Amino acid sequence: MSRTEFMQGNAACAEGALAAGCRFFGGYPITPSTEIAEAMARKLPKAGGVFISMEDELASIAAVIGAAWTGARAMTATSGPGFSLMMENIGYAVMTETPCVVVNIQRGGPSTGQPTRAAQGDMLQCRFGSHGDYSTIALTPNSVQEMFDLTAKAFDLADRYRVPTFVMSDEIVGHMRERVTIPDAVEIERPRPLAEGALPFEGGDDGTPGFAPFGSGRSIHVTGLTHDERGYPDTTDPEAHDRLVRRLVAKVESARRDIADYEVVNPDAETVFVTYGPPSRTVEQVMRDRPDDSIGHLRLRVVWPFPEFALKIFPNAKVFLMPELNMGQMVREVQRHVDQPVVSIPKIGGELHTPAELVRALEAHR
Amino acid sequence: MIAPDWFRDDRLPHIYCTGCGNGTVINCTLAAVEEMGWKRNETVFISGIGCSSRAPGYILTDSLHTTHGRALAFATGVKMARPDLHVVVFTGDGDLAAIGGNHFIHACRRNVDMTVVCMNNHIYGMTGGQGSPTTPPGAISTTTPYGMSEPAFDLAELAVAAGANYVARWTSYHVKELTKAVAAGMQTPGLAFIEVRTQCPTNYGRHNKLRRVSEMIEHLRSHAMLVAKRDRLVAEGKPIPEGAFTVGELVRRSRPAMGVRP
Repeated sequence: MSRTEFMQGNAACAEGALAAGCRFFGGYPITPSTEIAEAMARKLPKAGGVFISMEDELASIAAVIGAAWTGARAMTATSGPGFSLMMENIGYAVMTETPCVVVNIQRGGPSTGQPTRAAQGDMLQCRFGSHGDYSTIALTPNSVQEMFDLTAKAFDLADRYRVPTFVMSDEIVGHMRERVTIPDAVEIERPRPLAEGALPFEGGDDGTPGFAPFGSGRSIHVTGLTHDERGYPDTTDPEAHDRLVRRLVAKVESARRDIADYEVVNPDAETVFVTYGPPSRTVEQVMRDRPDDSIGHLRLRVVWPFPEFALKIFPNAKVFLMPELNMGQMVREVQRHVDQPVVSIPKIGGELHTPAELVRALEAHR
Repeated sequence: MIAPDWFRDDRLPHIYCTGCGNGTVINCTLAAVEEMGWKRNETVFISGIGCSSRAPGYILTDSLHTTHGRALAFATGVKMARPDLHVVVFTGDGDLAAIGGNHFIHACRRNVDMTVVCMNNHIYGMTGGQGSPTTPPGAISTTTPYGMSEPAFDLAELAVAAGANYVARWTSYHVKELTKAVAAGMQTPGLAFIEVRTQCPTNYGRHNKLRRVSEMIEHLRSHAMLVAKRDRLVAEGKPIPEGAFTVGELVRRSRPAMGVRP
């Protein structure tokens, strides 16, 4: 039996985490993400988990990584400026293959920008924000229901690929209220255990090593330095670095088809909107207003690793239109994978595109 | 008795310079661990970045070598998620007090049940000898070529003020006292902070007329003053000798602690 509730996106995010078995939350208050921390503070202790308000975002993600190494499902939630502060330790989580979830309720930037207004301005930061080469997974909910579903799913992906996984939401979805169906239980996929005799940082067939949490008797040394398969620092051997970093990137990038999650409407259309997050809601409105099949829509629920093959589902596409709440961040990723023209429909300032704005763009470009 | 079973043999030789005091501190800490009777699979060593922070890599337990300054925040996550694990943090003066200053005071305030051993060599050793928040006024470093012009942090006093349940300071000369202090800290619920003033002949001594290891250790020994003696001098209204620093147990108390082993 599931239950249906009317709740805020941020509350649904917390519910999704709890349903997925999250047992550690370390965070620092920041608008517009704070309701997630508040909900976790109320509910985690009752679920046998730990909520801790850390001294800043650097500490928050650090504590989350520490907790994750004890085997706990762990997450933090923040917004743009806090996300920027987390970048060094996000790189650490990538390098040490620590499964953890970071929710970013995006707001207007740069800097403190517009704390109470929506944006999608951190889409490249979540992929490239830390130093060095790496790959991560980013999910983009467009509804309160998806805040629940994708937050829960983020833990599975984090565990499966042992990589920090991002829920890249925004103020609109975080603060809007909708009906949500909460299942009694969600299926959980935990990391593969480290096989007896296996090295703790040896990728194996699919590039992701087994996981032996602290206290399991394996005496694992975890370091953010370039390390060999035993986990020992090996910082000057070019081959050791090349082998490690290529594996870290490949284990995510080579699984892009398994990780991909998207919705396709009217694959025969000549004019195709590509969206993620709340701009998809405006596209849906435009399509409801014009009930013919001349407009196609590719809505991404996973933006990283980027599912470029999904663009090929529209063989008749003459133009791709991409409304984003930024000055055109993900549009570059679309452009580099298709031959057709790709039109960016950027919007900043904190408000969603209106249907009229998208119709104008549609008429100008088809 | 030094605990040979706890060494990660296949990681040797270590990277420490000849004459470095960090090995002494590791030995004393492991001797304390052995005294406590802790098991390897229930003990986690955590560190930040710097010479001190390479220590967990030489110890055969689960260990987390983290980012610069953040060891205590990582350790808080480990300890709060698994209070049954013993958590020991190795850190240095730059790691703990400069970039990690905020984490330091808040870990002490929370009084998280862990043992923090700070190897204070008054210098950023691994990056080649730059001035740190504990470089004494007047001391020469690569970034204080005319002498350190800023006052130094007193790390142990800072930990007392911030709320740690156990605080002690010794030097790499005081091997037995240090071992006892680390063990006492491990026995005390809440955060135990043990500052160890230690020699860095390569990057500190060389610039400050303490080139030989024995000179540096003699300098530490002769400037260390027992807390009781300092208190007596103060009570008698007598001056504290210049350059003297207190050693001994600064506080042992039972304020409420977090993450205490069940």
